[in-house]
Parts: sequence; C-alpha cells; structure tokens
Amino acid sequence: MITETRFVRFDSLELDCGETLPQVQVAYETYGELNGAKDNAILILHAFTGDAHAAGIDHDGKPGWWANMIGPGKAFDTNKYFVICSNVLGGCRGTTGPSSVDPRTGRRYGLRFPVITIGDMVRLQKKLVDHLGIPRLLAVAGGSMGGMQALEWAVSYPEAVEACIPIAATARHSAQQIAFNETGRQAIMMDPDFNHGDYADDRPPARGLAVARMIGHITYMSDESMREKFGRRLRNREAFSFAFDIDFEVESYLRYRGQQFVGRFDANSYLYITKAMDYFDLTLGYPSLAASLERATARFLVISFTSDWLYPSYQSLEIVNALRSRNHDVTYCELTSNYGHDAFLVDVAEQTEVIRGFLARCHSEFREAGR
Amino acid sequence: MKVREVLGRGDYALISALIPEGARVLDLGCGDGALLAWLKENKRVEGRGIEIRPELAQRAASRGVPVYQGDLELSLGEYPDLAFDFVILSQTVQELRRPLQVIEQMLRIGRHGIVAFPNFGHWRVRLNHLFSGRAPRTPLFPHSWHDSPNIHFLTVLDFEETAAERNWRIEKRLFLSGHSQIRFAPNWRAEVAVYQICRQAPR
Repeated sequence: MITETRFVRFDSLELDCGETLPQVQVAYETYGELNGAKDNAILILHAFTGDAHAAGIDHDGKPGWWANMIGPGKAFDTNKYFVICSNVLGGCRGTTGPSSVDPRTGRRYGLRFPVITIGDMVRLQKKLVDHLGIPRLLAVAGGSMGGMQALEWAVSYPEAVEACIPIAATARHSAQQIAFNETGRQAIMMDPDFNHGDYADDRPPARGLAVARMIGHITYMSDESMREKFGRRLRNREAFSFAFDIDFEVESYLRYRGQQFVGRFDANSYLYITKAMDYFDLTLGYPSLAASLERATARFLVISFTSDWLYPSYQSLEIVNALRSRNHDVTYCELTSNYGHDAFLVDVAEQTEVIRGFLARCHSEFREAGR
Repeated sequence: MKVREVLGRGDYALISALIPEGARVLDLGCGDGALLAWLKENKRVEGRGIEIRPELAQRAASRGVPVYQGDLELSLGEYPDLAFDFVILSQTVQELRRPLQVIEQMLRIGRHGIVAFPNFGHWRVRLNHLFSGRAPRTPLFPHSWHDSPNIHFLTVLDFEETAAERNWRIEKRLFLSGHSQIRFAPNWRAEVAVYQICRQAPR
C-alpha cells in the first residue's frame, strides 16, 4: 500500500492563548474507504514526534509509524475502517508549525509562533474531520500524546466521538514528565546555534536537539529492555578506551538516534509540542477529572503497560477510576511488556487483540444506534 | 441450547435464569467474560466485568466485554450507588480476603447481589475429611492444602446465618448437585449454592 500525504488549508484557527493563526495547513493521510453510513471512520493521533504517515509505505519506501497496527487485517483493519491520521499543529511534517512561514510577514514564525495546546491541536483536527464530511468518528485513538489528544476529543467534542482509545497516556503531566520535557528544551535553547529560534536550515541547534532526543529515548525504554538490548556490551572494541569516545553499545545507540533525529525534526517544534503536553490538564475548568470526563459520551478503552515508567499505569487508572465513578462504559487492560513506554509502538500482539474486539463491539453498537 | 452446555459451569445456567432482559450487570471475577458475552447476546444485558488475571481480562476485552483489569476487593468503591441492577459474585467468594466487605459493597452499588459458591458442607467433603483425616479433597475442592485458592470455606448454613446477622434479605436461593437442582437437605446435598440477596428495606 503506497500512501500519499495530502494537504488542506483552513483560513484561520483560534487558539487557547487568545491569538488567531491565519492560513493553517494540515498534512494528513487516509487508509481504507469511508462507508455510505459514514460510521467507520477512525482518527489516529500521533505521539510527540510522529507524523501523518501512520500506515502503509510512502514513495521513499518508508513504512508508517504504526504500520503494525493499521492495515488490512490489523487492529485498525483498513478492510473495515476508514482510518485518518494528520500531523499535529506545531509539528514540522507538513502541518503549520514554528518552521512555517507567517503569511503576514513572509518570514518563518520561529519563536513568534504562538504557544499552542493539545486543545488547539484537536480543534484543528476537528476542522479536518468536518472537511472530510464525517459527523461522528467511530473512534479516536493514540498512544502517549496521541492518547491525550484522544481524551481531549472525547471531552471537547462528545457528539463527534463514539469510542476513545487512550494508550499509555495521562489526563495531565506529572512533575516528572514536565521535568524531562524541560530538560530537553533547555538542551535545545542552550545550544549556541539556537539563536532565539531563528536558526538557519543548514545550521540547526543540532547538539542540543540530539541531547534532548537522547534523554527522550531513555525515558521511552525500560531498565529491562535496555539491559536486554545493550547490557554492558562494548561497541567495536575489546577493552575500555580510557577516553570519552564511545565505549558502550548504549552510548553508540543514543548518539546515533540523536543525530538521526536532527535530520527529521525541527528544534522549535520540539519546544512547542513539549510545552503543549506540559500544559495539558483535562481537569482544567472542572472540579474534578470525573466532572470533566462526564461530558464524554464515548465508550473508552484505556491501555497501559507494566514496564512504562514514563506514563505509568497509575495515570491510566486515574482516568479509568474517574470514568467508573460515573459508571461510564470503560475497558481497562494493563498489558505485560518489557518495552517501557515504547511498548504501544513495538509490542502490539495483545494490544491488537484488545483493540480489535473493542472496535468490533463499538462499531456494531454504533450501527444499531444509527438505525 | 442450555447455558451450562455452552459454558460448562454449573452456576451459569442459574445465574442467567435470575437476570432479566436488559439488566445492568457487573460480574466480579468475570474471567474471560464468557458469562457477560452470553448475557449480552441472549438477554441484551449491559454488562461490565472485573478480572484480576491479566490474560483473562485481555481475553474478555478481546471479545468486546467492558472489563476492568484489577483487584475486585480494592475496586468496588469507585462505582456510584445503585449503578447496577445485579452484581454477580460467581464462585469467587471463598477466595476473597474480606468477603463481607465485598458483599456489602455489592449491595451498595447493585439493587441485587448474586452470590454463588461451592458448598463446603456437601456430604462428600464431610466424609472425605472424616475418613481421610486430612484437608478434604473432592472434585469441587481439588487442591491440596498449600496450593488452594480457597481461603474461606463456607457452607449453606454459614451463608444463611451470616445473611441473617448482616440483614441481607435472601430473595432467592438455588442449590445444585451436578446439573440438577435440588430442594431437600441442601447443606448435605448441594455442591453449589446460588443466592440472590438485597439490602433489607428499612422499616
């Protein structure tokens, strides 16, 4: 399945900070066919550094970031469902973000881009879904920041969401999660090439961005998965170098991932998107999480992973218990995995079964209600 | 087809006979969700389950049952009062650490509670204990003393007595031996007892 990224432009987007963005572009891909009743559409929401290319293979031969979950016969079965994925607001993969040109000045936004929220990202996705002519999505689903967007969808647009699948997510960032994000931001902003966000294409704050990504990668794995993958193995040598070259396999891996990241991700987007995650708090404006989630009419499937210490199960349980306190239709599974936070991307066998069963039920109940 | 032929657990047939069409049901220790799936299919029940074993909870979720993976002894407090028409505790009561607290919670969150348990007063258990001089091992209690999940053994008489003490009103009582229902001398003859109880209406 060769996939094509498409683009749509909207005249403006109102933001939570009070500003209005002119001419906002959204990059998106779709897989499968929308049926006549329009009751089989699923919006997939990507995590921090993801993009619209979620499934299939693009023209360069690159598979989508959730290709193991989306496709014919997969959890999000494109033989049955019409699957949509778009790049988030603030991103750097085709949707308007700080690396876009401000149409009012003809210059790149840089740090003049307004600070955005998860709510803003979802508001833009709603425009896309309206543009595609879908009144009510069968499901919104995503892991990590994608799960936060899914929750925001269920609360902000209850009439447009039949089922909500937040995976390895949270209703609000903890101090620890904010702390990791802030460390990454500081690494970028302290890079001498950062230049207050006005860096040249060929001279990004590469060192800071790479360090930020190295820290990120540590938080996405678990102690156990790192032990299995690297242990204390040395990299291309028999003995210690007694210098600060690469000794260990894990050092080599992190450096490689850091450098690779610089080639595909914009440092300013890193700042804006992590800030949006840190601001996210589903309880804002409500006396409690339960009161906030009470607006939702969706059925919920909440999934967490045993070894995920970045988005630990207690955060998923907080969501589940708030839903149970209102006797909401909620399914909760804590899946067993050694892969840490990355589990939702790589350890998908059980996740597939659970999502497939949940979607099948929701689809049949949605169809019955539509009759 | 009878429920028990589908499901092969003696109490399922009785429990499904107690549950009316379209009821809201919470199944405690729902396993792989077979009972709830059957009730939904056949009685349009709106079901929820709680199951602590991850692989079983996942199987329940995979068949579309809204299951909560967690410890039922620690997780009933979240539900609002009278959230359900029926709360089912099927052959789990003898494995609970605090069975009374669980049953009290059942009667808070549900209009009716259904409690099913293997009867420790069955004659085979009594004779086995009397003649072997060891902890009883029977088809219903097949475990040896050290690996049994059963930590609270109870009989029909025990349950009746506790219900009276705690002011639980017994609305229905059903006794099973094998696949047949029995009426006389249940404390001797019943292998499985099924009770439907509710809070005593305040006078």
